[in-house]
Amino acid sequence: MFAELPLLSLLIWLPILGGVWILLQGRNETAVRPLALTVSILTFLLSLPLYFNFNNTTAVMQFTEKASWIPSLNMFYLLGVDGISMPLILLTTFITVLVILSAWSVIKTKPAQYMAAFLIMEGLMNGVFAALDAMLFYVFWEAMLIPMFIIIGVWGGQNRVYAAIKFFLYTFIGSVLMLVALLYMYSKSGSFAILDLHHLQLDMKAQLFIFIAFFAAFAVKVPMWPVHTWLPDAHVEAPTGGSVVLAAIMLKMGTYGFLRFSLPIVPDASKELAMMMVVLSLVAVVYIGFVALVQKDMKKLIAYSSISHMGFVTLGFFMAFLIVANTKSIDGAAMGIEGALVQMISHGFISGAMFLCVGVLYDRLHSRQIADYGGVANMMPKFAMFAVLFGMANAGLPGTSGFVGEFLVILASFKANPWIAFLAASTLILGAAYTLWMVKRVMFGTVSPEKMSSVGILEDLNYREIFILSILTIAVLFFGLYPAPLLDVMHASVENLLQHIMQSKL
Amino acid sequence: MKTIALMIVLAPLFGSIVAGLFGVSRQISHWVTTAGVGIAFFLSAYIFKVVAIDGVIAFGDSSQTTLYTWLVSGNIKFQVGFLIDSLTSIMMVTVTFISLMVHIYTIGYMAHDEHNWEKPSLAGKNSYQRFFSYISLFTFSMLMLVMSNNFLQLFFGWEAVGLVSYLLIGFWFQRETAVYANLKAFLVNRVGDFGFLLGIAAIAMYFNSLDYVDVFANAQNLSTTMIHIFPNFEWSLMTVICILLFIGAMGKSAQVPLHVWLPDSMEGPTPISALIHAATMVTAGIFMVARMSPLYELSATALSFVLIIGATTAFFMGLLGLVQNDIKRVVAYSTLSQLGYMTVALGASAYSAGIFHLFTHAFFKALLFLGAGSVIIAMHHEQDMRKMGGLRKYMPITYITSLIGSLALIGFPFFAGFFSKDAIIEAVHLAAEHGRTGAYYAYYAVLSGVFITALYSFRMFFLVFHGEERMDHHTKSHLHESPWVVTIPLIMLAIPSVLAGMFGVGSLVFGDFFGKAISANILSSVEYHGMLGFVMHGLMQTPFWLAMAGVATAYYLYMVNTELPEMIQEKFSLIHKALVNKYGFDQFNEWFFAGGARGIGNKLWQIGDVKIIDSGLVNGSAALVGRISQALRILQSGLLYQYAFTMIIGLLIMLWWASI
Repeated sequence: MFAELPLLSLLIWLPILGGVWILLQGRNETAVRPLALTVSILTFLLSLPLYFNFNNTTAVMQFTEKASWIPSLNMFYLLGVDGISMPLILLTTFITVLVILSAWSVIKTKPAQYMAAFLIMEGLMNGVFAALDAMLFYVFWEAMLIPMFIIIGVWGGQNRVYAAIKFFLYTFIGSVLMLVALLYMYSKSGSFAILDLHHLQLDMKAQLFIFIAFFAAFAVKVPMWPVHTWLPDAHVEAPTGGSVVLAAIMLKMGTYGFLRFSLPIVPDASKELAMMMVVLSLVAVVYIGFVALVQKDMKKLIAYSSISHMGFVTLGFFMAFLIVANTKSIDGAAMGIEGALVQMISHGFISGAMFLCVGVLYDRLHSRQIADYGGVANMMPKFAMFAVLFGMANAGLPGTSGFVGEFLVILASFKANPWIAFLAASTLILGAAYTLWMVKRVMFGTVSPEKMSSVGILEDLNYREIFILSILTIAVLFFGLYPAPLLDVMHASVENLLQHIMQSKL
Repeated sequence: MKTIALMIVLAPLFGSIVAGLFGVSRQISHWVTTAGVGIAFFLSAYIFKVVAIDGVIAFGDSSQTTLYTWLVSGNIKFQVGFLIDSLTSIMMVTVTFISLMVHIYTIGYMAHDEHNWEKPSLAGKNSYQRFFSYISLFTFSMLMLVMSNNFLQLFFGWEAVGLVSYLLIGFWFQRETAVYANLKAFLVNRVGDFGFLLGIAAIAMYFNSLDYVDVFANAQNLSTTMIHIFPNFEWSLMTVICILLFIGAMGKSAQVPLHVWLPDSMEGPTPISALIHAATMVTAGIFMVARMSPLYELSATALSFVLIIGATTAFFMGLLGLVQNDIKRVVAYSTLSQLGYMTVALGASAYSAGIFHLFTHAFFKALLFLGAGSVIIAMHHEQDMRKMGGLRKYMPITYITSLIGSLALIGFPFFAGFFSKDAIIEAVHLAAEHGRTGAYYAYYAVLSGVFITALYSFRMFFLVFHGEERMDHHTKSHLHESPWVVTIPLIMLAIPSVLAGMFGVGSLVFGDFFGKAISANILSSVEYHGMLGFVMHGLMQTPFWLAMAGVATAYYLYMVNTELPEMIQEKFSLIHKALVNKYGFDQFNEWFFAGGARGIGNKLWQIGDVKIIDSGLVNGSAALVGRISQALRILQSGLLYQYAFTMIIGLLIMLWWASI
């Protein structure tokens, strides 16, 4: 019955229109929250048929929609998903429900605007993942910045202006270059359809310029070292929900962009620069791992941890060329890319959960400093259970989803070069060190006398918080113990992609 | 078989979940977990019987079951499943039996745990239930580890037992020392796992499968493959794989230099010291190497590496047991040393002797730990042996069972340890004769280790149970034997501590019990003339007399001439200092690794991120950024319609631009 519905359009426009409607209801604060929740749940439910009616056996785009948009420029309202983008849409609709719930009683200033911003952002993000027309993609990509900019700027912390501008500048400069690249390719091919661009013949020089333009847009979003410093600031200042969406979904747009644009459109340039990308990814894993270790602010620590984990994603993508060169087979490369994709989804759950956990503490004591806590497990035993579990997931414990992606990427990286595997596997130690050291300092120990009036009066989780964290727990454990359903939808698309990018365009 | 195997792992998991998550009462929590582990034990015993009598063939169809496909990627199918053969079944019985005893014991040991928690804290309210939940979860994880038929699940179990160990070492998380110790344990284990995972990655690359069957079947074909890790430097693939896997074992089974976490793990409650940090989890590395014997047999280099590490651990960690005053730490160093013995056996290609020692050691070491725990309860949580003495007459059952445990540990004839330890020494001797590198070193290390073992064991025994009563008056007036839930497990463990050796040695070490499960046995060339013959032979060998000398020395030093130890200490103060400082491993790690990592982190952050990237690159173009941000500050009014307006204008400009 869902086959006839324009599902992707619904997933884009339902939350956007819902958000606008909520804005119009602005004065009626009691109605706003249930309304926003209803819209987000409805959107989530509508995204489920994408998975259940998905055809695993093919790499062609599914649930496609095509409408005329700006005919004179050959721009179309072109939507569709494959095994790479579909899981990301589900992640978006899933996380948005939790974000709306997490803000339920916490956001007291302008709740309508807050909820609306998240719903609109959800629609735009779905648009980014579903768009098959490069201009349409670009519009969603840019538009998505605005609600996030507002969320940080309005509901953020003390230094929000600095953070919001840093966020905007970084991402904006990159995006402009991407636009130039898209226009250049349009001038060559006369089409904005992404799948057409995949088959556009380009010489090496053009490929390199296009790669760099895309790199500017996507690497900032991921973020890759050394263009990562906006992320810790943005996270620190953003309200909990903003951090969750930023970490769980927005970062994935960068890596998604690499996979959808850079690799298939400019495969030769990607191959040429693969080693550089691998090195940058490994720097992210190792360098950032050390930096995370010494953070004093919980949100900064998790932000750095995110950068390190995203390093695995870019590593998984770009080492594909090295693996194919080394083993003469795409099997290992497929494992690396699939591992990276799993890492994207899993990081969505885990980083979201970690930021929600910090939010739980911040709501109570209004501090993010590790030093202001200590012995929290005494007062909040239920919370401690979740915090330790998500901490372990962040450290990549087998049985949690955090393990799956890292495991596959490390296994595959050995096929590229044992030393790459060596550096990548250092996350086993570093990730555990920075995560569990934070857990130790925040959760364990006794409540010291001077903290009796702060930590000493903490109240444990309420039902709403337990519900949110339980849902994430189920997700983290389910995909840790049984990731096959997630990988099964990817195989065809990843294999198709690999076959495509291993063909030289020269 | 599949259903039974599944029930064996799920029964403890079920108990753990019920006790941990459903807020049940204390009674229900200990009943449900003990019942779960009890079911696992009886079914394991049944499987042991089936395997031992019907003789399930290792890696044959009847020993394999697949539960489900975890995932498929890159043409490798990762599955979850069981491999049940003689090696698995003996591990299952050991794990579930010790676990069952520890569950019962815990009912007594943790009965008043709420008093161990400082106020204000809610954590003490259900700590009893939590503890049972953890130890059942441990049993589940350990069973998953030993029953696995592939490397993925092995790694899952491997890390899961590490998790539970972390939770239990830090069980009393209010204590700074406990949460320091559990973090340390987890991180040091992660260093081992780092090597382990790389080993698995190498296997995945060259074998294209993580199933034991496939890997072992193809091992021979790849035995001559050479790989380049460093340019112009060739290594045998098997050596690389085996050493990487063994680094994992060094973490889990606490071999030098990754042993540092085990003594500190004594911060956890005593039942888990017995279960996890003596009898089962720490022997996972030994089990793993034995399981991988088809691979290790293809690399003499790796075996020598194993041998030397094991021998070093066996000897030098034993020495440290001599200077400890904390009753649990003596047993902990003893465990380190004994794990070294098992490792030596593996390195000598006497895998079955290593597993046999693992088997006997599980009983008598669990017994010694639980005995120590019984003493600690009686002493009101005093662990310093200098404040004990003469407990023999207050605690007769603890006394007798501890004596049995000690005799088994030092390898007194007819006791369990005698058979397994002699088999190991014999095996190393053979390996030395066969010319294995490092075997002579190992031989002398384990031989002198026998004297040291006897000395520290009976030093502890005499200090605790004999001699002057050194405790304060208040403690003394309350001294009494522990309740039956504590003493029954002691008795139940004392029985196999005596019998396990004499009934096991024939088939396990010299017979064909393991069949194909273990691919080589250096001792198979030795003629075996029955258990009595083995004992008679042993009585005439050096190890026996070394052990007796150790006991005699302990008696003389701690019963007769009690001034002497102090004098020796002063005379050899330098050595004593080195021992008390545990050779400086902790100080070095704290300074070099922990301090170094923080130092690097701070430098990278302050110089790399803040100075170069942020101040240099980002704010460096300050004029430009400043001007733009001024402009943006005006735009950033917080009014939604303005943003929407800007967005539309922006879009229009973009479209216009695009159209030209």
